[in-house]
Amino acid sequence: MAYTEEELKKELETKEYEYGFYTDIESDTLPVGLNEDIVIAISKKKNEPEWMTEWRLESFRYWKEMEEPEWANVTYTKPDFQAISYYSAPNSKPKYESLDEVDPELLDTFKKLGISIDEQKKLAGVAVDIVMDSVSVATTFKKTLAEKGIIFCSISEAIQEHPELVKKYIGSVVPQKDNFYAALNSAVFSDGSFCYIPKGVRCPMELSTYFRINQAGTGQFERTLVIADEGSYVSYLEGCTAPSRDENQLHAAVVELIALDDAEIKYSTVQNWFPGGKDGVGGVFNFVTKRGLCEKNAKISWTQVETGSAVTWKYPSCVLKGDNSIGEFYSIAVTNNYQQADTGTKMVHLGKNTRSTIISKGISAGKSQNSYRGLVQVNSRAENARNFSQCDSLLMGNECGAHTFPYIEAKNKSAQIEHEATTSKIGEDQIFYCNQRGIDTEKAIALIVNGFSKEVLNKLPMEFAVEAQKLLEISLEGSVG
Amino acid sequence: MDLKDKLIASFMAFENNVDIDHPVHDVRSEAMKNFETKGFPSKKEEAWKYTSLNKLQKIDFSIFPKEENALEYKDVKKYFLHEIDTYKIVFIDGIYSSFLSETTHDGVDICLMSSALTKPMYKQVIDVYFNKVASKEESLTTLNTAFSREGAYIYIPKNKMPKKPVEIIHFSTGNEASLLVQPRNLIIAEENAELQVIERHQSLTSNEVLTNSVTEIFAAKNAIVDYYKVQNDVSTASLIDNTYIDQKDTSVVKVHTFSFGGKLTRNNLNFYQNGQHIDSTMKGVTILGEKQHVDHHTLVHHIEPNCESHQDYKGIYGENSTGVFNGKIIVDKIAQKTNAFQQNNNILISDKATINTKPQLEIFADDVKCSHGCTIGQLDEDALFYLQSRGIPKKEARALLMYAFANNVLESVRIPELKTRINKLIATKLGVRLGFDL
Repeated sequence: MAYTEEELKKELETKEYEYGFYTDIESDTLPVGLNEDIVIAISKKKNEPEWMTEWRLESFRYWKEMEEPEWANVTYTKPDFQAISYYSAPNSKPKYESLDEVDPELLDTFKKLGISIDEQKKLAGVAVDIVMDSVSVATTFKKTLAEKGIIFCSISEAIQEHPELVKKYIGSVVPQKDNFYAALNSAVFSDGSFCYIPKGVRCPMELSTYFRINQAGTGQFERTLVIADEGSYVSYLEGCTAPSRDENQLHAAVVELIALDDAEIKYSTVQNWFPGGKDGVGGVFNFVTKRGLCEKNAKISWTQVETGSAVTWKYPSCVLKGDNSIGEFYSIAVTNNYQQADTGTKMVHLGKNTRSTIISKGISAGKSQNSYRGLVQVNSRAENARNFSQCDSLLMGNECGAHTFPYIEAKNKSAQIEHEATTSKIGEDQIFYCNQRGIDTEKAIALIVNGFSKEVLNKLPMEFAVEAQKLLEISLEGSVG
Repeated sequence: MDLKDKLIASFMAFENNVDIDHPVHDVRSEAMKNFETKGFPSKKEEAWKYTSLNKLQKIDFSIFPKEENALEYKDVKKYFLHEIDTYKIVFIDGIYSSFLSETTHDGVDICLMSSALTKPMYKQVIDVYFNKVASKEESLTTLNTAFSREGAYIYIPKNKMPKKPVEIIHFSTGNEASLLVQPRNLIIAEENAELQVIERHQSLTSNEVLTNSVTEIFAAKNAIVDYYKVQNDVSTASLIDNTYIDQKDTSVVKVHTFSFGGKLTRNNLNFYQNGQHIDSTMKGVTILGEKQHVDHHTLVHHIEPNCESHQDYKGIYGENSTGVFNGKIIVDKIAQKTNAFQQNNNILISDKATINTKPQLEIFADDVKCSHGCTIGQLDEDALFYLQSRGIPKKEARALLMYAFANNVLESVRIPELKTRINKLIATKLGVRLGFDL
């Protein structure tokens, strides 16, 4: 291909958001604004027990007292929390056992997204719990999972059917008053996924949920709770795309992972919310609180590929409470045009012999700003804690920025902590080398970026790795010559 | 009355003693306004997250020393680098001691800030340089600016180099129950000039002393400045050191900070690279025990292309000590071909010691090589075993390894006598006699 740099740049800039479309499904929407009545109304609509309503109200009261955090290295117009509708549910709600019953319009949406359910069912063996605007409309493979005693359902269903589990664990890792957005989420969360793996069970398939923001003006407040009981294993996937909209949409999710003794949770995310136009208009605000708690010998591994959202504020964390527990964080964050990402992780070492690994790759192009913000904390009783962190940044063009804010706090003399960070660009000689061998510049960049991110891509489950690679290419190709 | 109110009240008293019609006083008043609005930094501010000034603010510091105090040279000789001849600018309780000092006007000016600020012959230089690189926002710096009257003034004209290094020493005698001193230094090296400075703060009693010092250094084209800070004060002395460095084309400035003592030490070291092909180096060795607290806060702002910066800080933390390292590198959009390196290595030798480190990069240019590395760990068990198996007792072996750990930083010290002195300090601090002569 005989592209010149200029042409490439133009093509990239004018490239429309591939997944930007809007499905017209009638929704049952609450009036805009937020007060105690709305919180009660949400709870009522979902038929929740009284303790849940109380819990929401309590969170709402905390939230009212809190201020929106400003410490992140991002600038944006603050959302008006009174101008958002906090609940919307698709009208055709019944549960389906087979695909034929599903609203064809919905199915069409999924096809555009490239996640045809039947194909996934057959080929990937993935149980998909699709969250279309807040209420789950399709759950598959439930039966297979049920045989093993695995509970995988929407959180509202879990509140109805397994209140003892929800009551015990919700808010145990991310307390209601943890931060501004977590409190907001706790008050108004619409739906999300719930997963419980019983003792000693190895979940036979990758659990996955696709999130979509759909209804105009609807903020999504997902709540995910994953509990891996003693000695169990689960791999959980989460992927996101959202339709293009000029109005900024707010997404404030909370994800809580609980890995009991000897359990392992692998949580992978591909995030591709609408990043806003090339002039920086629109896009999703992604303010997410994700945290996992490791008991003895447990392991939690976060893998994320962040390519979307206008503003990202996200720090998947591990609290290594139990002795010998392990926390891992693998991340690729790509920003282009006017995107801003402030992402990273927190590893809190409390138990003895705890280990954590952080690999973060930031790629910034266009006029974007990409920040890594991480905390490694070793408490005084965490004997022999070990941490390795590596943050690499790749800059494309001279209008973007890469920032690193690693916080390292050690209070134990046996701690071993290493942190390294580098910032560089794609070398002209590397591109020249590829060109010389007949690989055009665009492909060469994709190749180099893939190589740069390989350590993280390798950690993704197969089906996600393919999608992620594709996303990287879409987000970046041609951004530099 | 809290310390802030006291300072505001004292400023009025201070105005009676200085020439308020002098243009410098406008700078002071402006700075005081800023301090009045901002007050002392609190832990809520990102830059002060790990260092609290609350306890210091509770102490009833005297703002102005009452009397000039004399010291015998033989009593304080050990604090000087007496092995070699040096120029000396000595202050006792913030007041210049002509008896202990040795200044010069022979080709270069090594003298006092008070004369530079008042005498007409220096006016031109003061107009161009005074308070030009120091922050007009940072509250403690502006507090110093407001009370700026005394300190060291060094002016090295084009192509000159003083015959010997300059020592700036501040003694506090404990005449007051607690004393706040605010020295203000201005150091200018013109084109091709070269200069070596050693700075030290020493308290001679166990009375509380707080030093809030500001140093401005200007290095013109091709100038070379070596600045050594020796911080080995008693455990009732606290130091807030604000150093601002403005560098022009191809200048080389190196700042070494040796922190072995003091109750609370905060080093704000700021480099601004206003030119090309500049080399900025900051290195530090920190060895702490007891309840000491040292906070190194560095900033390198790469404003122009083709510059380099090197940072290397080593820390050994024992007992209940706390160490903080917060290094920030900013690379502006046009500062292409920047090479910026930052290294921070720490050893914790006690379970009650804490280290907080935050090596930070903010990069807006793409064709740069920037890296930072940071480690917290212990001495290598294998290396320790190796030494022990060769008959070196464990304690000495540990000291040897720690000595080696810190040695990287010492290598670039260009005054041999100072290097020896620092080596001895390290050995003392580690509590051993090394088996070889330093």
